[in-house]
Amino acid sequence: FEQIGILHKRFKQLSHNEDKLRRDDFNTIPDLACNPIRNQIIEAFFDKRNFHQNGEGTVQEIGFEEFLVVMSHFRPPALNMTEEQRENIRREKLRFLFNMHDTDNDGTITLEEYRHVVEELLSRSGALGKETAKGIADAAMLEVASISMGHMEPDEFYEGITFEHFLKILKDIEIETRMNIRFLNLDTTTLCK
Amino acid sequence: MLVGATSHSPTGSRGFMERGFLLLVVLMFLEGTVFPLGAASSPDISAPDGAGGHERNDDHRGIDNYTFPKKAFPVLSLDYGHIQMPFEISLWVLLASLMKLGFHLIPRLSGIVPESCLLIVVGLLVGGLIKLAGEEVPPVLDSKLFFLCLLPPIILDAGYFLPIRPFMENIGTILMFAVIGTLWNAFFVGGLLFAVCQIEGTHLSQVELLPCLLFGSIISAVDPVAVLAVFEEIHINELLHILVFGESLLNDAVTVVLYHLFEEYSGAGEVTLMDAFLGVICFLIVSLGGVAVGAIYGILAAFTSRFTSHTRVIEPLFVFVYSYMAYLSAEMFHLSGIMALIACGAVTRPYVEANISHKSHTTIKYFLKMWSSVSETLIFIFLGVATVAGPHAWNWTFVSVTVILCLVSRVIGVVGLTFIINKFRIVKLTTKDQFIVAYGGLRGAIAFSLGYLLDKDHFPMRTMFLTAIITEIFFTVFVQGMTIKPLVDLLAVKKKQEAKRSINEEIHTQFLDHLLTGIEDICGHYGHHHWKDKLNRFNKKYIKKCLIAGERYKEPQLIAFYHKMEFKQAIELVESGGGVKMPAAMPLQVSMQNIQPKKQPPMAADRALPQFTKNREEEIRKILRSNLQKTRQRLRSYNRHTLVADPYEDGWSEYMLKKQRMIELEKKMTQMSNYLTVPAAPSDSPTMRRARLASGCDFKAENKGAKVSSDPNAFYTIKAPPGNVPTIQVELASPQSPDSVNLVDEFSKKGGSSQKNTDDRKEEQGRMMKPPSAGKGGKGEEEEEEEEGENKNPGLLRCLSDPGPSNEDEEDEPFLP
Repeated sequence: FEQIGILHKRFKQLSHNEDKLRRDDFNTIPDLACNPIRNQIIEAFFDKRNFHQNGEGTVQEIGFEEFLVVMSHFRPPALNMTEEQRENIRREKLRFLFNMHDTDNDGTITLEEYRHVVEELLSRSGALGKETAKGIADAAMLEVASISMGHMEPDEFYEGITFEHFLKILKDIEIETRMNIRFLNLDTTTLCK
Repeated sequence: MLVGATSHSPTGSRGFMERGFLLLVVLMFLEGTVFPLGAASSPDISAPDGAGGHERNDDHRGIDNYTFPKKAFPVLSLDYGHIQMPFEISLWVLLASLMKLGFHLIPRLSGIVPESCLLIVVGLLVGGLIKLAGEEVPPVLDSKLFFLCLLPPIILDAGYFLPIRPFMENIGTILMFAVIGTLWNAFFVGGLLFAVCQIEGTHLSQVELLPCLLFGSIISAVDPVAVLAVFEEIHINELLHILVFGESLLNDAVTVVLYHLFEEYSGAGEVTLMDAFLGVICFLIVSLGGVAVGAIYGILAAFTSRFTSHTRVIEPLFVFVYSYMAYLSAEMFHLSGIMALIACGAVTRPYVEANISHKSHTTIKYFLKMWSSVSETLIFIFLGVATVAGPHAWNWTFVSVTVILCLVSRVIGVVGLTFIINKFRIVKLTTKDQFIVAYGGLRGAIAFSLGYLLDKDHFPMRTMFLTAIITEIFFTVFVQGMTIKPLVDLLAVKKKQEAKRSINEEIHTQFLDHLLTGIEDICGHYGHHHWKDKLNRFNKKYIKKCLIAGERYKEPQLIAFYHKMEFKQAIELVESGGGVKMPAAMPLQVSMQNIQPKKQPPMAADRALPQFTKNREEEIRKILRSNLQKTRQRLRSYNRHTLVADPYEDGWSEYMLKKQRMIELEKKMTQMSNYLTVPAAPSDSPTMRRARLASGCDFKAENKGAKVSSDPNAFYTIKAPPGNVPTIQVELASPQSPDSVNLVDEFSKKGGSSQKNTDDRKEEQGRMMKPPSAGKGGKGEEEEEEEEGENKNPGLLRCLSDPGPSNEDEEDEPFLP
């Protein structure tokens, strides 16, 4: 339980001892400024879809429980999990990622959104810029489409990456083992309900 | 397998006979060399009848006494001593390579028995033959030769191609296994052996504790050569591979320290606590020192490579020489040479690869592979020879206890350590993993050479040690090596994933890295992501600026990956384009159009060209090319190739320049409507595709009044068109085929007709980069637009040049007007 205590302390620290955390509070973290995707990370904290409550849209400020819930996405899986539990955890984490990409909340990642993602990723490089980012995003999109949809008629339009497709293309990178912060070994579901 | 076997059997039997014959020839030579080896140990100059009247002999003798009988002028003479040394070396290398060649001609054998076993057997045979011939077997596994010549290539190869990311992720585990595991093994085996030796009736009571410990330390080290040789064939998953392999590399430091420690003091007879403490300090110095030496040389090499843009030819040499110097320097100080090599290779690689040309990169890769392969083969053969040669003192108790103890201690060590390690790992090691790690602890030639180095006087039981070492090596390589493959299959251990990384995975890996770093920052927890990120930034800011020439240091990993992938595919395509027949069509399953958002077709006048990035053009080109070639389409339906393979050779800047030019090119076209036909025919026959291509292309050409090449074998080139529309006409190179007939048909069909080609539309299911009228507005409307567009300006036609076999030089040309 000390980990919750640590997180709580951190929460207080970030929010300057208030009960709610706002976006600007995140700006006080110096290291975060160098991160190319900081905006998306911050947004993820305020995105209702990550609160396990089937909400949508964003909020302006979050309390400690929501903070914890978002953090709980980064829990490492326990050793003795069944395959099904692993699958669930994987879905959950991928859902988190998906929500980060899908900024307009329509359930798919369109080409524009994907381009935006890649641009952000490469935004620190500066040199090669938008053209390459677009190319990369297009290629990636093509790949997803081809893997997911197989053969498509030329008139068909691939709307965007749905969550299922997202799962399929990323199932090889074993996200449940990689998307973890080491010390978050706690089970927060007991706290929030 | 069966098919392969049957197809191989005629060649196999022939190959076998060939091999046998070659082997005989080689052996005869070997005999021939061995004889003079024994006989003429002194240089030939003083041997009066060595070579009939060699000139120099005459001269030398002439100095002493002026009168010597005039001999007949030697027209042909045999002077073996002159070339003896290099000849023998070459002979051995040749033998090794021929053996390697031979094994692969018998596929079934190499499936069951790992190569290392076969090579040892060959060594045994050769050694036996030499002994039969009555000659003394040359001490080929001389420690000096081994450590200075045979071992470095293998280690450098391993270090240079070390997958850094998994290695670093598991570094804690690897270090634990390497250091603590080896220590445990050494003391366990040594101690228990001593205890066994004390038992009455084994005639071994003269074996002291310290020699036993020394023996334990020699034999407990997992050998990288053997591990590499065996694990390469079983293709287990990356994690296990890197664990065992990393352990075998890093335990060298421990081995070196223990070896020297015990060797020094076994003369004195006891080891005090002070010595143990000094040993620990020594260990730290040895390992960290080795790494530091390697890193320094690596940085030097990287720095040197920054300036080699004008002398590309000697670039590989720098890498090799610097690395070898690192090894020698480390050995000079009795630091761990292996760790120095690894560090040098790992440090050099990212920077050097950014600097050197692609050809140099290929050269380095292949040279390293070649040398390490030859070295490995030689090592195993020599092991066999040395087995036959060396004096043996067989002692049942000692040997069998050794073998058993090694196994037992390895298993206990692995299990115990894993138990501790799993507390700290996110990805726990399962029992299966533990088993493979324990079972994969093979001993090899390093142990033998270290044993060989032992001084006879200090260690009267040296021969017994050597026998035991050889037995242990044989046991692990033969028994464990042969059975590990079926065991892996039996236990259903995860195998290495063959699929290449997709671009999505790469994007998300990077994304994840940043995400996790960000979250760690938010939590205020300085986890290892944080530090990794900091290291990367430091790297980018300072180091890369110094060590990488030109503008390339700014390039982030994702872009580099992307270009590398494109390039690789381009090369593959070009290589495979040589033998193009009519491969079965693997359709492009999804076209670009499918992912483009639909936009409303505006009126003809203000139709704007969709933004053509140069990448999209290339993409189009690539896809077209890939469909024409129809090669290499596994799941990768978005085959992206750069059109030009060669500019990479001339440097990055040129490549960028061309891209720049392409951008300018597009800008010029923004004024006009573009009808881009990129017929990437999915499931059609090649016929239709080519027809479409030709028709599409020629259609435009006709309109422009340019010359139409109706010859399907002609090449499309880019001509500067009239008006300032750069039209790239691509000629189709293909072998003559009955398709050409249909082509002509298509031609005539479309020849005069203007836009009444609804069928044409339908056929062209490929990527139609029409200005955003991807929608099906009525066909008529489209056509009208087309027509208008046509009459206004000749459309821009981009078709991919089909690199036929002879077209490779011309690829540079068609790229730009």
